[in-house]
Amino acid sequence: MQQLEYFAPGNLGEALDILSRGGVRPVAGGTDFYPGLPAGGPRESVLDLTRIAGLHGITRQDKGWRIGAATRWSDVVRADLPPGFDGLRAAAREVGSIQIQNAGTVAGNLVNASPAADGVPPLLTLGAEVEIASAQGRRVVPLDRFITGVREVDLAPGEMVVALHLPEPPEGARGAFSKLGSRAYLVISIVMVAVVIGRDGAGRIDHARVAVGACSPVARRLPALEAALLGTRGDVAVTAEHLAPLSPIDDVRGSGAYRLEAVGELIGRAVRGACDG
Amino acid sequence: MFRLNGRDVRVEPRVGERLSEALRERLGARDVKVGCNAGDCGACTVLVDRAPVCACLMPAQQAAGCEVETLAGLVAHEPLASDLARRFEGQGAAQCGICTPGMMVSAVALLREAPAPSEGQVMDALAGVLCRCTGYRKIVDAVMGRAPGAVADAEGHTGAAIEKLDGRAKVTGKERFGDDVAPVDALIIKVIRSPHPHARFTLGDLEGFAAREGVEAILTASDVPGVNLFGTIPGFVDQPVFAEGVVRFRGEAVAAVVGRADVMASFDPARFPVEWEVLPDVQGMADAMADGAPQLHPDRAGNVMCGGFVAHGDVGAALERAAVVAEGVFETGFVEHAYIEPEAGFAQVVDGRVEVYACTQAPVMDLDTLSEVLGMERARIRVVPTATGGGFGSKLDVSVQPYLAIAALKTGQPVRITYERGESMQSTTKRHPSRMHVRIGADAEGRISGLRFDGLFNTGAYASWGPTVANRVPVHASGPYAVGDYRAEAQGIHTHCPPSGAFRGFGVPQAAVAQESLFDELADRLGIDRLEFRMRNALANGVPTVCGQVFAQGVGIRACLEALRPAWESERAEAARINAGDGPVRRGVGVAAGWYGCGNTSLPNPSTIKAGVRADGRIVLHQGAADIGQGANTVIAQIFATALGVPVSRLDLVGGDTDVTPDAGKTSASRQTFVSGNAARLAGEALRAQILQRVNAGEEALIVPGADAFEIREGAGVHRLDLTALEPDAEGYVMRVAESYDPPTRPLDENGQGHPYAQFGYAAHLCVLDVDMRLGTVRPVRFVAAHDVGHAVNPLLIEGQVEGGIAQGMGMALMEEYLPGRTENLHDYLIPTIGDMPPVETLIIEEPDAHGPYGAKGLGEHVLIPTAPAILNAIRDATGVQMRRLPVTPARLRAAMGVAGHA
Ligand SMILES: Cc1cc2nc3c(=O)[nH]c(=O)nc-3n(C[C@H](O)[C@H](O)[C@H](O)COP(=O)(O)OP(=O)(O)OC[C@H]3O[C@@H](n4cnc5c(N)ncnc54)[C@H](O)[C@@H]3O)c2cc1C
Ligand code: FES
Ligand code: FES
Repeated sequence: MQQLEYFAPGNLGEALDILSRGGVRPVAGGTDFYPGLPAGGPRESVLDLTRIAGLHGITRQDKGWRIGAATRWSDVVRADLPPGFDGLRAAAREVGSIQIQNAGTVAGNLVNASPAADGVPPLLTLGAEVEIASAQGRRVVPLDRFITGVREVDLAPGEMVVALHLPEPPEGARGAFSKLGSRAYLVISIVMVAVVIGRDGAGRIDHARVAVGACSPVARRLPALEAALLGTRGDVAVTAEHLAPLSPIDDVRGSGAYRLEAVGELIGRAVRGACDG
Repeated sequence: MFRLNGRDVRVEPRVGERLSEALRERLGARDVKVGCNAGDCGACTVLVDRAPVCACLMPAQQAAGCEVETLAGLVAHEPLASDLARRFEGQGAAQCGICTPGMMVSAVALLREAPAPSEGQVMDALAGVLCRCTGYRKIVDAVMGRAPGAVADAEGHTGAAIEKLDGRAKVTGKERFGDDVAPVDALIIKVIRSPHPHARFTLGDLEGFAAREGVEAILTASDVPGVNLFGTIPGFVDQPVFAEGVVRFRGEAVAAVVGRADVMASFDPARFPVEWEVLPDVQGMADAMADGAPQLHPDRAGNVMCGGFVAHGDVGAALERAAVVAEGVFETGFVEHAYIEPEAGFAQVVDGRVEVYACTQAPVMDLDTLSEVLGMERARIRVVPTATGGGFGSKLDVSVQPYLAIAALKTGQPVRITYERGESMQSTTKRHPSRMHVRIGADAEGRISGLRFDGLFNTGAYASWGPTVANRVPVHASGPYAVGDYRAEAQGIHTHCPPSGAFRGFGVPQAAVAQESLFDELADRLGIDRLEFRMRNALANGVPTVCGQVFAQGVGIRACLEALRPAWESERAEAARINAGDGPVRRGVGVAAGWYGCGNTSLPNPSTIKAGVRADGRIVLHQGAADIGQGANTVIAQIFATALGVPVSRLDLVGGDTDVTPDAGKTSASRQTFVSGNAARLAGEALRAQILQRVNAGEEALIVPGADAFEIREGAGVHRLDLTALEPDAEGYVMRVAESYDPPTRPLDENGQGHPYAQFGYAAHLCVLDVDMRLGTVRPVRFVAAHDVGHAVNPLLIEGQVEGGIAQGMGMALMEEYLPGRTENLHDYLIPTIGDMPPVETLIIEEPDAHGPYGAKGLGEHVLIPTAPAILNAIRDATGVQMRRLPVTPARLRAAMGVAGHA
């Protein structure tokens, strides 16, 4: 058996070098890595991302915001962000527990690509793009194309996520997030809904983003509903056509039919919440 | 390479090693507990640079350069933490104590930032730590610094709400649980388990495998020196330690590998040489009972393990003449005990004797089993219970003990084992799933006219305590009511599922769900208030039970129901007010009652308590009743101290080490306060009599224990008993006593008529909850719980039992269902978190029992019997829908509401 190593590089160049040699698994908060660890321990070396300079934190940039790949959920909770990010912040507060939020990272949540990842719907409503780097160079992929399936992402060997980029939400827009689970805390979502709603001076919606998680292999935005919301005050009845992108399954947490029903209700509440707030 | 509790430490962890492992095994910080290794339980919480994280999810290397703090360090160095420790004790916020390090460490992080947190802040901060014992409310109280529930009482006799006598170790990180006692160099045992529910198997080349892997030993059925079977009920000892040729449930053991820790760290059971031939299996009872179904045991035709039966009067005629009849089929699923401490222990061979240290509810039964399995005389086996991090019935059965003993004997070296969470869930017992068909009639005045109960209980692959469930259920399925015409039958059905065994209530909570739900339906159809309906039918002194047993005294159910009346009236009014609005949330209020016979059903179950006095004046109480968090160490000591007439603080406690402490029976059937408590009372009285007799003092004399001598004061006179003048025995005792108690019962006849128990305890719960009508979510708002405990030996511990039991009943009602192969971890198997638990008001009723010590009755299981039906009745109150399948998940409730015409 090959000798496994633990790498904890301090800069990105070094990390990408190590990654390019293969046989190594990036680990950030470890909150998905450890529960998924096979019996007998890791088969690959470990690349600890948490000491890489410049990978932490949320910063304002020319055209929006940058969330470093090693930014933890608790950093998101504490960050000073405009109300358009309220949904993302609410999601951060509902990821597992404080313990999980203090370790788990935003990028880890995306790369792990669970259909029930709480980070994905709010990031979709914020138009997030994923910045990917390798020893060869960098590329940027919109989030809805980065996650390609259940536990599948657009990352080639040697590549890692370095940051997310989010455009500035429209002035005054508000985000909201609502998660439905079978208990109060530490729960995998049965469904979750994120919205970002902007309104004009007359209180009519002029910007609408709605995304739903745990109802399809990858969380989805609902463009038809977003269009229907424009020009209204939020009092739109959610129809089956609006929910057409969703394909919820039956599992131990709930039936597909229930999920659809609940999504309709939660969207209504989230939109009203964003309008009233 | 990092700082641990203020000192620099250096470790060289493996790649992939968790911080929790490095802390526990390399740095001796065994105050960091491991309950799941997956982030789900929070027991391993430590502070890294002041932020709480799960040490089980952090690569040990990631701590480099950081400041790591654990409970033991915090309590030793930080006043805020030592204050919190005292508050935890004062509230009784640590029961078994396995979650306590995680809770307290999380709380310290909060209190450093928010010295006076709100309840919401406390819940947010502690939500990552699961507790299965306390129901969380006392933990919230402790963190918020609310007034303590415990009293300072110099005597600490029965009736005093004193702190737990063994609480200090639990709040300082010093308590030693099953995984905390092994030396670091002990060999590690890993059990190889079946991934299939039913399969034939052949083992491959074990010697070659052992050599390749570098392990010390491999154990299989052929290594079992004695009988390769264990079980709990005579005649039903049917479960192999290692399966032989065929497995009957997913997770059944076929072999075990024993090796050095470094070797076992990279051991992958998938490499173990075993070939499986998958066979057809039955998971549900209907399938198991179908023609042609695979048979689990050749001598149990139709997969029927056994049944229980009680008949009284003429149920057919009574139902015929009833004014109304309610009928329903109710179903419940497997419920997992989900104690936070997985099974664990350590064993060694000392002078040719094998010593097994493990968490347990029944040390002497463990010894009995080991004697059979090892083919070894009892004198050559020693069982030493460690602190037990929750049991709730499942740690009555052996789990790790046979593997430990066999491995220690085979290798001659110290060995240890700790179940992984998944392994614990797959292989240990569960609450029986049930399918109950119940019909209940009532006359126009609301008096029960006939109750018929037919229940099937999925007992899984092996018997465990299944026969007890089959026997207990028919005795209890009437609830605490006068039911003259009654017929109840329960059968245990084998399936290829994990064995169902003992879980708080032995099937009675399931039966109560059916009976109490139908009671509400009957009351409504007759237009009688639901609480009033129960009052009209409640048992009373002098009224025969369904077994024809007549209690002349001690029947406290009416008092329990009566105690709920004020809350019932005010909460119903409040609900009506809320429901007059048109929001999506409707409020419901439900009541339900329960009863439970304490001790074994019509079978002897004696307890013995021994005590001795040393020449130096120490009074030693050998307290063998396993304290699994419920408080036996405290309650039994309080009773003994009361009988002896000395302050409880004067006692030295010795636990259930089978070498030195006699058998106090198992911690089950809510029997310890009653049965062992009586033995303690008798022992205390006997020791008192000995002391008084030596100085010829009268019965009323006061014993004042001192060093070397006791003073006995009588009126103005003082006698001195010089202990140093007495001859010590082999154990160093100058005086000793051992007294036994066995509750008086009488066998049941073929119709289940007789005296199954010497006492019952009674309970009634009221639940207030909110239902989100559009989402189907249910949020309990408040519980009021009235419990007749006969005499409250320790009111603080009673509240703790009630709150913890309600949390479990709530889990069973709303979220818990174990599905083999699907919910085998604490991520998918959901138990209530701190945020799910509403306030509980405990109303203690004391209807003394003639047999109980100072009138006391058992309580441990009663606490959750009325909970689930009270919740179901509140849901029905809010929605109009009677849910007949547990758990009531949001999806199921919405589906049922759809059927009932809600949109
Ligand atoms: C108890 C518990 C509760 C949880 N609750 C929730 C919840 O409520 N909602 C939710 O959405 N999630 C939940 N999670 C999942 C998890 O915490 C999150 O997905 C978290 O954001 C993962 O981040 P991490 O840094 O810990 O990932 P890690 O475990 O470190 O990594 C996860 C995966 O991503 C890869 N990876 C990480 N960072 C990068 C990168 N920058 N580039 C390339 N690959 C990378 C790793 O190789 C690994 O495959 C829970 C987990 C636990 C243990
Ligand atoms: S052991 Fe770490 S969370 Fe359970
Ligand atoms: S006291 Fe919390 S799990 Fe036992």
